[in-house]
Amino acid sequence: MSTTPPVLELRNIDKSFGPIDVLHSISLKVQAGEVLCLLGDNGAGKSTLIKTLAGVHQPTSGQILMDGEETRFTGPRDASARGIATVHQFGGTFPLMSIGRSFFVGVEPTKGWGPFKRFDRKRANEIAVKAVQDFGITRIDDGDRLVGGLSGGERQSLAIARAVHFGARVLILDEPTAALGVKQAAHVLRIVNEAKRRGLAVVFITHQVMHAMAVGDHFAVLIRGAIAADFRKGERSREEITDLMAGGETMAGLEALSH
Amino acid sequence: MFASLLRRPEAGSFLGLVVVYLFFAALGGPVFLGAPGWSSWLNMAAEVGFIALPIGLLMIAGELDISVGAILPAASLTTAIISGHYDLPLWLGIAGGLSVGLLVGFVNGVLVTRTTIPSLILTIGTMFGVMGLTLGFTILIAGSTGVFLVPDPVSKALLGSALGGMFKVGIFWWLGFVAIVAYLLHVHPWGNWVFALGGDRESARNAGIPTARLVIQMYMLSGFAAAFVGVAQVISFGSAQVAAGSSFIFNSIMCVVIGGVLLTGGAGSVLGIVLGTITFAVVNQGIFFSGLDPNFGSIIIGALLLTAVLTNDRFRALAASFVKKKGPAQ
Repeated sequence: MSTTPPVLELRNIDKSFGPIDVLHSISLKVQAGEVLCLLGDNGAGKSTLIKTLAGVHQPTSGQILMDGEETRFTGPRDASARGIATVHQFGGTFPLMSIGRSFFVGVEPTKGWGPFKRFDRKRANEIAVKAVQDFGITRIDDGDRLVGGLSGGERQSLAIARAVHFGARVLILDEPTAALGVKQAAHVLRIVNEAKRRGLAVVFITHQVMHAMAVGDHFAVLIRGAIAADFRKGERSREEITDLMAGGETMAGLEALSH
Repeated sequence: MFASLLRRPEAGSFLGLVVVYLFFAALGGPVFLGAPGWSSWLNMAAEVGFIALPIGLLMIAGELDISVGAILPAASLTTAIISGHYDLPLWLGIAGGLSVGLLVGFVNGVLVTRTTIPSLILTIGTMFGVMGLTLGFTILIAGSTGVFLVPDPVSKALLGSALGGMFKVGIFWWLGFVAIVAYLLHVHPWGNWVFALGGDRESARNAGIPTARLVIQMYMLSGFAAAFVGVAQVISFGSAQVAAGSSFIFNSIMCVVIGGVLLTGGAGSVLGIVLGTITFAVVNQGIFFSGLDPNFGSIIIGALLLTAVLTNDRFRALAASFVKKKGPAQ
């Protein structure tokens, strides 16, 4: 695996907003077919890091490499055109639009020509439903259903299936399981595994260690804008990671108190 | 089949229309049910409905346009000044009037996309600006607040005549515009962008939709529609007044809301807007046939509006939870 360069790599990325330094020399790699879990408490700089990966923010200094070559993203659209897709906590979709319509927002399939162009509802619905079912969500079988009628897990799955359908190579999942129940979260984790199996590079952002351990190959813990620990699967226990995220001994201290 | 029709978001608007129509039919009798009644509410629906269509598009996209109330008289006075006061050809006056609408719409769209001012406030601002300019220039040029115009027979027939002396030609313009907007919103991919814009602007932009251009197009369409009604008015009445048009601001918004468009944006349909417009027009005109004090008409419209807003959310929830086939247990 070390022979192919990582799909996306950050080298010594710093990001500051005016006088406030948010990220300090962040270095990360994510390989194709691998899940990188980015762990961190609220305010650790996770969302700034995601936005830097997705082209929303430009790093103040440092390098971004795609397939081993240095690059910069001029904006979110540039990043997504090069295969970096971000899926937000609530799926980033349109609750009152149908599955078929929301799947193809901005890239609507049409039939007819010139001024008589029509949105091809039938084809949009078929492709959208097939894309979601290929990810194992067989319960979605009607492309006319409104996205708002889907469960949280199904919405996430729809958004991930959409990103994959449109050629994403790097999938950034921003707290996909945070607002979900146990069953729904398991559902999303299965989708993450499926995306990984298909050879996507996945960046999975979460503060739920259990969820990270279930799918992650590689872990990075972010504390106050810096990488506090960087390790591979099986190198640390759940307790160690939780303690790291909480900034040291807090959790162990709490447990000791309760005895 | 019937159940799925009931679940359509327009079902509420349709039921409202049936109730209102039966109510006024019972009070108004054969006169309301015959040609006088129909022409009276259809004429009203055509005028307000023409403006309500693009207002509906804007509201689906999460924006408002108050300035239509000032664009309408600005357009009719422009036409009247060019072709009445200066006696230039009427086609030039019509083009001038419509251009005023497109221009104000363009300014609205640019300001809405370039600033963070909510469109409600912004278009109130442009409304007062356009009002002041209209009044100032009219007095400066014509020396009064009203300008007369004698239209040529062809323009009069196309824009200002009435079939059988009752059904204004504007009804057909309205129906044509309904077909165009329905095509744009529900058939053409452009409509998908409008819904996406109202659903989540950030996601829409990330999906590659040219959101700024889309907003400007919609404001130009509403400016054009208000100007069209203004131009048609000056041709059918033979004069233009500075004070005309303000009733269209709230009336067009009410038609759209009664028609089931969500105030928060993201949902609505042309069928709903047309039903809302007809409901509004039936109440507005039916009251004169009913023998009731005309002032009660406003109470009914107010009640309809509130009922519509309450039921819109209910129908929306039903639509969202609706699954066509019986799937496995949730």
